Amino acid sequence: MNALASVVTRRRFLQASLSASGALVLVPGSTLAADGSPTPENPLGILIRIEPDNRIVIGAIGAEIGQGVKTSLPMILAEELDADWSQVSVEQKPLMIDFSGPEPRFRFGSQGAGGSTSIPDGWAELRQFGAQARWLIRQAAAARWNVPPEKVGTRDSHVIHPDGRQAPYAEFAAAASKLTLPAEPVALKDPSEYRVIGQPRRVVDAEEIVTGRARYGIDVYEPDARTAVMLRCPYFDGEIASLDDKAARAVPGVRAVVVVPGPRPGEPFTANLATGVAVVADDMWSALKGRNALKVEWTRGPFASESSAALDAQCEALLGKTGQVVRNDGDFDAARKSAARVVTARYREPYISHAPLEAPCAFVHVMSDRARVVAPLQQPGGASRAVSRVTGIPRPAITVEMTRCGGGFGRRLTNDFVAEAAHVSKATGWPVKLVWTRTDDLQHDFFRPFGHHELIATLDESSRVTGWTHRLASASKYYRRADVKPEDLWTAELYPDDFPAYLVPNYRLEWHEVKSGIPRGSWRAPAHTANAFCVQSFVDEVAHAAGQDPLAFQLAMLGPDRVLDYAQHGGPKFSTGRLRTVLERVAREIGWGRKLPRDRGIGLAAHFTFGGYTAHAIEVSVAPGGAIAFERVVAATDVGRPINPLGIVAQIQGGTIDGLSTAMNLEISIRDGRVEQSNFDGYPLAMMRQMPHDVEVHVIESTADPAGCGEMGIPTAAPALANAIFAATGIRIRNLPMRDQLALALKKA
Amino acid sequence: MSIRFTVNGAEKEFAGDGEMPLLWYLRDHARLTGTKFGCGGGFCGACTVLLDGAAVRSCQLPVESLAGRKVTTIEGLGAHGLHAVQKAWIEEDVPQCGYCQAGQILSAVALLQRVPDPTPADVDTITNFCRCGTYARIRRAIARAARELKDAK
Repeated sequence: MNALASVVTRRRFLQASLSASGALVLVPGSTLAADGSPTPENPLGILIRIEPDNRIVIGAIGAEIGQGVKTSLPMILAEELDADWSQVSVEQKPLMIDFSGPEPRFRFGSQGAGGSTSIPDGWAELRQFGAQARWLIRQAAAARWNVPPEKVGTRDSHVIHPDGRQAPYAEFAAAASKLTLPAEPVALKDPSEYRVIGQPRRVVDAEEIVTGRARYGIDVYEPDARTAVMLRCPYFDGEIASLDDKAARAVPGVRAVVVVPGPRPGEPFTANLATGVAVVADDMWSALKGRNALKVEWTRGPFASESSAALDAQCEALLGKTGQVVRNDGDFDAARKSAARVVTARYREPYISHAPLEAPCAFVHVMSDRARVVAPLQQPGGASRAVSRVTGIPRPAITVEMTRCGGGFGRRLTNDFVAEAAHVSKATGWPVKLVWTRTDDLQHDFFRPFGHHELIATLDESSRVTGWTHRLASASKYYRRADVKPEDLWTAELYPDDFPAYLVPNYRLEWHEVKSGIPRGSWRAPAHTANAFCVQSFVDEVAHAAGQDPLAFQLAMLGPDRVLDYAQHGGPKFSTGRLRTVLERVAREIGWGRKLPRDRGIGLAAHFTFGGYTAHAIEVSVAPGGAIAFERVVAATDVGRPINPLGIVAQIQGGTIDGLSTAMNLEISIRDGRVEQSNFDGYPLAMMRQMPHDVEVHVIESTADPAGCGEMGIPTAAPALANAIFAATGIRIRNLPMRDQLALALKKA
Repeated sequence: MSIRFTVNGAEKEFAGDGEMPLLWYLRDHARLTGTKFGCGGGFCGACTVLLDGAAVRSCQLPVESLAGRKVTTIEGLGAHGLHAVQKAWIEEDVPQCGYCQAGQILSAVALLQRVPDPTPADVDTITNFCRCGTYARIRRAIARAARELKDAK
């Protein structure tokens, strides 16, 4: 998007120096101003270190939430550096914001993790950094050897003399540290020479993880730090009516009780999300006991009567009316009048929670004139903003260190838990690690929006789709953002260029706002998870209604291969051919069209998510009681040039499981203005025994610029399952979660 | 009154609040942070440790119940180099976020001790959650570790 374009135009260059230990140290040290002249910056951090023993340390700039960027981003840099990957180690970099200019900006490019952008954001710059480092070493070697630089080769962290001699990079550290890079970008490798990019590489932290040494946010134990837990108001926008903390303060180990005010009702979420009371103690157990001893009465707030049943009724009523028309091609009403056949279906998507296995937590130490944050973060820049907002400390005086994250899924895009920790540290003067429990997490999330969808398709005599509408009533995730106008709330809910835009002549999208008090936010592949379930289920429904083969029907809708405009995130273009390729691939792999035993079915789905193309084919068998067994699950994905195929397979497998687990089991329900679920018994993530034994993933070879892959595996898993269940049983599941709907329907039948 | 037990072979004596779950003793007091907090309700298995060789949820185990028992955490596994299950986890590139994996590994170790050659149904008895969805690779890693352990005999 815009951020990416600005990174490319604002070229950054490495500055080389020699460390006291003799390592070549490379720092993104200067930028070129618009007139081409360098802009000096303070040297803050090291991106590449070539040690005297020729080991290479590469800084990982991105937030590692399990999506693998601590491995894949350094691979991009290592490729252009021509580093021996087996001798590369990776070091997590802290947040590096440059405050020297008029606007703060990331020093190493974007360090957040959201929208599957780490790879596309890093692609241009990290290759250039790697190439610049290699250029310096080649120049130094050429000078020493007295040969032209272009005659000096490189391979596996060694330079190669024209006569075949080799020498380790480290031998040229001192000489390279005295060189200056040219003003123009350095030439990049031809992709045919790639030796790191495109090769399967294991997670760089694997040994730390399997031995328990990897450090997550909850593992931050700083000297003199206290542990805090909070009791938050369970009612949306409710407040404290009365507080008695006497018993809590009497619990051994409890040191303080701090009231943390929340935002006023309706006010944008810029810090924490609910009013609460923090108990600060010597350790977690004392803090939990202290919290249990709090006596708090809450006001029930403006949403005391909200319930899931009332939201369902609100949505159903709204779907009966025309909504805000956000895309309108041709004339759908005319198409409907002249249609040979009209197919209509409604779908329901519940609220769901991110539920990262490591619940939110943050260490914050607010001092008189500065602050330090160490936390598992998806938006480290936002963490610095949140602390500044709570404490008044200017952002340049706030340091932010990122630990590994025990999952993200969008939960850590908001830094409400950092704001809470900052508040408690400021109030007490102590360094504080604030830890959320699972109950806190399930009851106080920024949940994926709730919504009901109505889709209508019109067909002509030859079963071609002539018209299509998608009317959505949903609780927009943008509803409490300061920078979003009411007329733009829909933009988080419908992506107007998604399939089948441009493929159906009369195409209309409408949106209704559902009023709801529960906080909402971005959940892995945001609106794609909800909308792809509806659209890809509906394509299957329409095909069956028209007596067509669902694969042939969807391929006919896609039509000839061409490139269409796609103005939303993941664009600017969408290739029907790339989507066709993944759909055909999974169909072929699973043996689409073969005769199946009774009670078996195969379902297909394909979708374009944030620049990546993914399809699923799922074969299920259904037992007489309605129990589903996965016979085969096949996915194909085209995310552009694969950086780390092993990581891509992992992400698509994990996304598939996330999609299936969520669609089958999960809902956050509301009663009397609060969330009903309080732990995993009520929010049952799928265990191994409920999930497919294997997810076969086919990664399409591509030379297109790479997309990310953290979100591309989810959207098509659920509709492929629903379509498979229909193929096996004739029963269509349109309401999520599926839970026991199939068993009940079979009993009725 | 103090409780005596062993953690990773080392004698421990605890005189604090006996209701404290083993999980918080391990993390906050013994500073063995490989054992993770996931739900506090015994559902997710992120806090799995071995108690006299059996996989248990340490968030459900008060310290006062541990007199004379042997606790093994992820830090105590493979004290002489990596355990076969840990190696298999690396070989199969199992971890994504990695947060649940210490618990998964200990559950797998306990399973392989009981059932050296587990069927898929045996593996299904592991009830640890993986929020990242690494289940397929966990199955492969358990199968690999089972082969390695058999070959080593």
